[in-house]
Amino acid sequence: MAVTRKDVEHIAQLAKLSLEENEVESLTDQMNDILGYVEKLNELDTENIEPLSHPVEGNNVFREDVPIKSIASSEALKNAPSASEEFFLVPKVINN
Amino acid sequence: MNSKYEVVIGLEVHAQLLTETKAFCGCSTKFGNPPNSNVCPVCLGQPGVLPVLNKKVIEYTMLMGFATNCKIKERSVFARKNYFYPDMPKGYQITQYEEPICEHGYIDIEFKDGSKKRLGITRIHIEEDAGKSIHDQAYETLVDVNRCGVPLMEIVSEPDMRSPEEAVLYLTKIKQFVQYLGICDGNMEEGSLRCDANISIRLKGETKLGTKTEIKNMNSFKNVEKALQYEIERQIDLIEDGVKIVQETLLWDADLNMSAPMRSKEEAHDYRYFPEPDLMPVIVSESWKAEAKKKMPELPDLRRERFITEFSLPKYDADILTQSKPVADYFEEVIKYTKEYKTASNWVMGDVLKTLNELKIDITEFSISAENLGKLINLIGNGTISGKIAKEVFPDMLEGNKDPEIVIKEKNLVQISDTSAIEKIIDEILKANEKEVNEYLEGKEKVFGFFVGKTMRETKGKANPKIVNDILRSKLDGLK
Ligand SMILES: [Zn+2]
Repeated sequence: MAVTRKDVEHIAQLAKLSLEENEVESLTDQMNDILGYVEKLNELDTENIEPLSHPVEGNNVFREDVPIKSIASSEALKNAPSASEEFFLVPKVINN
Repeated sequence: MNSKYEVVIGLEVHAQLLTETKAFCGCSTKFGNPPNSNVCPVCLGQPGVLPVLNKKVIEYTMLMGFATNCKIKERSVFARKNYFYPDMPKGYQITQYEEPICEHGYIDIEFKDGSKKRLGITRIHIEEDAGKSIHDQAYETLVDVNRCGVPLMEIVSEPDMRSPEEAVLYLTKIKQFVQYLGICDGNMEEGSLRCDANISIRLKGETKLGTKTEIKNMNSFKNVEKALQYEIERQIDLIEDGVKIVQETLLWDADLNMSAPMRSKEEAHDYRYFPEPDLMPVIVSESWKAEAKKKMPELPDLRRERFITEFSLPKYDADILTQSKPVADYFEEVIKYTKEYKTASNWVMGDVLKTLNELKIDITEFSISAENLGKLINLIGNGTISGKIAKEVFPDMLEGNKDPEIVIKEKNLVQISDTSAIEKIIDEILKANEKEVNEYLEGKEKVFGFFVGKTMRETKGKANPKIVNDILRSKLDGLK
């Protein structure tokens, strides 16, 4: 199940990354290395072992439905690359 | 619709849950706050934060599971659905994928002729809402994250519906349930209840499903019906022309009354779901289920049956009264004050609902209290006023919930039940209308109504109609 250039390009597109030609190449190699390493796990017999969806044990961690004070919108917008007084600004998504 | 074909419809309904706080953080869900003010590091998707699940979200979804005869799963887990869109700062939506909380349910819909059909529910799962993008600016898109993380319950049906009518009945039922359960306000126009449809066409008798399209953005019951009808016709036209249906997502445009493919650069869905490592699995024990079940209110079908048996109402009345929970509640409040159940039903179904419609308000905003409407009904019942006069009193009561007794006194509308007074008026009418009297004596029964009308006019509608009838009959027949 080797990772191909096409896989890398597809994943890059989903992640909204633009890659240089040489990056595609090196990432293909790197991903194959990683998967090959993880592939080692397949050598284990997991026949009677429940799949694990969480790395730590435990369940039912809840909060009660009680509001807490939110942060000020000025605080929320502070780290944004672009913002107006009230809104986050992003490049136009849909053309009307 | 061309009778060669059969339509197959499945619905995905998103219901915004009426919790105080968001699904995974303590931010308020309050609508209408200034943009980006109901936010915190968790729902802003800042690195290093941890979501914690709101317990009420599970409890509300369980209630819907009970109402729709679902199996509540002992264990459910959350997953990340990965995609990029500016109104979702984390770059993924927390949802339930392989292990939803409810599965394998059904609801029964009822057609106008009383026949029923059972529609399957595949699953109900929990997810979070996205924020809001505003596209009307020239160069940029504005993003408001307030709605980000608000809990949604997604109800996925089996592809069991065979007409737009069935889809609307199904949706009506879902809305009724969430409102009765008090877990969503069910407002499609405002987006707290949203509906997407999967729709395909096949030849009758065919068991394989045709290629389906998905329709989004139908924000009212009327639009759901119209959009489905439109899509059925579009697909049949294509099939008839030998064109293959393309699996795609269409957006309904309510202004143009047509749908168009969604303009999106997203190619084939590739959401790369994986278990959300930051949220622990949810385990619903039998005892938790039992406790939640205790909070189940009476559902519409049972309430309707009770209205029929307990108050001897016709099925038609019970149907209308229990359609919406607040209306049913109002009716039950009214009959705390009067035992005239059928009259109360007539008033609520008639004048009350008509007024709500005219004023475009909800029954919870209705000015006349249940107590005063009950009083009005009793005033008819005990003969103080006639039903006709009551119709005059009602509009006056609308002004600030006026007491009907006061309206009647102020306008001097008390019914004349004094027989001697009515007799006197009738004597004069008979004297003045000799021609009609003779017609009656010759057997023209229709003239009787003429005398009743005259008497009522003479008394400005205040004479007790039953007494008028009795006196007229005995006087006229006495002349024979
Ligand atoms: Zn928050």
